[in-house]
Amino acid sequence: MAFGAPLSSTDTMPIVSPGFTGRRQSPDVQLPPGQYLAEDFPVLTAGPTPRVSTDRWQFTINTEAGQRYDWSWQQLIELPAEKITTDIHCVTKWSKLGTRWKGVSLDVLLEDVETAADFALVQSYGGYTTNLPLEDLIDGQAWIAYRYDGEELTPEHGGPARLLVPHLYFWKSAKWVRGIQLLLEDEPGFWESAGYHDYGDPWREQRYQGD
Amino acid sequence: MSDTHVDTHVDGNALAGDLREIFAVDLTVATGQCSGCGYKGSVASLRVYQNAPGVVARCPACEEVVLRLVRGRDRAWLDLRGTVSLEIPLPS
Amino acid sequence: MTASARSLVFDVPGWPGHLPGQHVDVRLTAEDGYSVQRSYSISSAPDGERFELTVQRVDGGEVSPYLCDVLPVGAEVELRGPVGGWFVWRATDQAPVTLVAGGSGIAPLMAMIRARAAEGSRVPFRLIYSVRTPDDVCYADELRRRAREDGGLDVHIVYTRRAPEGWPGVPGRLGLAELNTHAWPADFAPNVFVCGPTGFVETVSDVFVALGHDPRRVRTERFG
Repeated sequence: MAFGAPLSSTDTMPIVSPGFTGRRQSPDVQLPPGQYLAEDFPVLTAGPTPRVSTDRWQFTINTEAGQRYDWSWQQLIELPAEKITTDIHCVTKWSKLGTRWKGVSLDVLLEDVETAADFALVQSYGGYTTNLPLEDLIDGQAWIAYRYDGEELTPEHGGPARLLVPHLYFWKSAKWVRGIQLLLEDEPGFWESAGYHDYGDPWREQRYQGD
Repeated sequence: MSDTHVDTHVDGNALAGDLREIFAVDLTVATGQCSGCGYKGSVASLRVYQNAPGVVARCPACEEVVLRLVRGRDRAWLDLRGTVSLEIPLPS
Repeated sequence: MTASARSLVFDVPGWPGHLPGQHVDVRLTAEDGYSVQRSYSISSAPDGERFELTVQRVDGGEVSPYLCDVLPVGAEVELRGPVGGWFVWRATDQAPVTLVAGGSGIAPLMAMIRARAAEGSRVPFRLIYSVRTPDDVCYADELRRRAREDGGLDVHIVYTRRAPEGWPGVPGRLGLAELNTHAWPADFAPNVFVCGPTGFVETVSDVFVALGHDPRRVRTERFG
């Protein structure tokens, strides 16, 4: 078919391609709705991959009152770390099970931070941002991860360090994380301001605004 | 062409199909101006990152995001805040 | 074709016709609804309701092995296009043309070469085609024939890994010297079309700009 038949419309039946399966495994576990198992670890990127050396890496939490808390790389890796094994779900429909990470819980980083904020805007080297409620960053739900599968986290996957918030779609787990701005009012991030859901719970299939 | 998932960009040409679904004319031949650095060039010459939740087009001069397009099930979101203006050729 | 590429011919009722250099978006859908989309350049000259795509098989790829090895003849495929009005050659433009292909980047440039012949255009064309080995040359016989018969078409092949026996020179990457010798000089204000992998296109377009070409006349199509 030529023009006049948009590829993604819901009111036309797609043409099934005989024998086409895609590069997937058959799921033997329950995945969130609309997800497929990935056999590799796809690399998604909205721009050039930042190469940040750990010498000049810094992580900063800024509060709504203008207070600032900083960690150097050395300070970060000296904090108590946890090993996390978790499933991850990307909004582009792949899921990966049992991924293994090491990182510092946000509970540790936020322990001494005085704030009345309800929201967080996560900021990355390279300019990426993503927003989430502060309550989703605490109580053992989020980490600054710096090792993946027993190795240093590569730049392609967000190294030196990325946010890991596995209970939300993986775009919330910002690569190349450099800080968190705490806010009284919610402020949409990079994808949240371009059609993606503000919260992004994969089990409720909150992909797009209005879902 | 290729379908490997590597961390590289393609040209704005690759936006043609998605934009043609929304607009009556081919926007890749339009001349856009970047709000970051003022660079002017065709949409077809932008740097496009496609292995992402949406399509992100960046200025070839300063890498500022000039266009974002997200395709949902029954709607699309087009964000042009990085573009000052688009000059679109039309038949005379 | 080569061992790793396949040409697919499509008949599309109501096809509006295409311009040489344009592409189509191909969507594949599995029985359970999973679907993926890729862009492929059209490699044929405009020809009624029929056109050809040339697909390079990428090992481990999700789409190209399916299109090359599995898709049955006669199957229907979901297509969107033709699209793209920038990386396009128009026979009305009289400026000389330099075409530079890296690997399967030859496809849209082949459409231009074929359209030029079909239209009886006398615009001088120079093709510089970079391949790894002689076995990787797409349309090898046709290019040899056209270089002989299509007046005003020069074909220069660059081998980066292994050259045919008796080939003058050694295999190596396409660089400034080769482009300076075999492409139209900047003074002629040629239209330049470069298509190939991202790194290849990056290098070649930088060389053209360094050789004094107007960047706006150097049109590129990267395929990631």
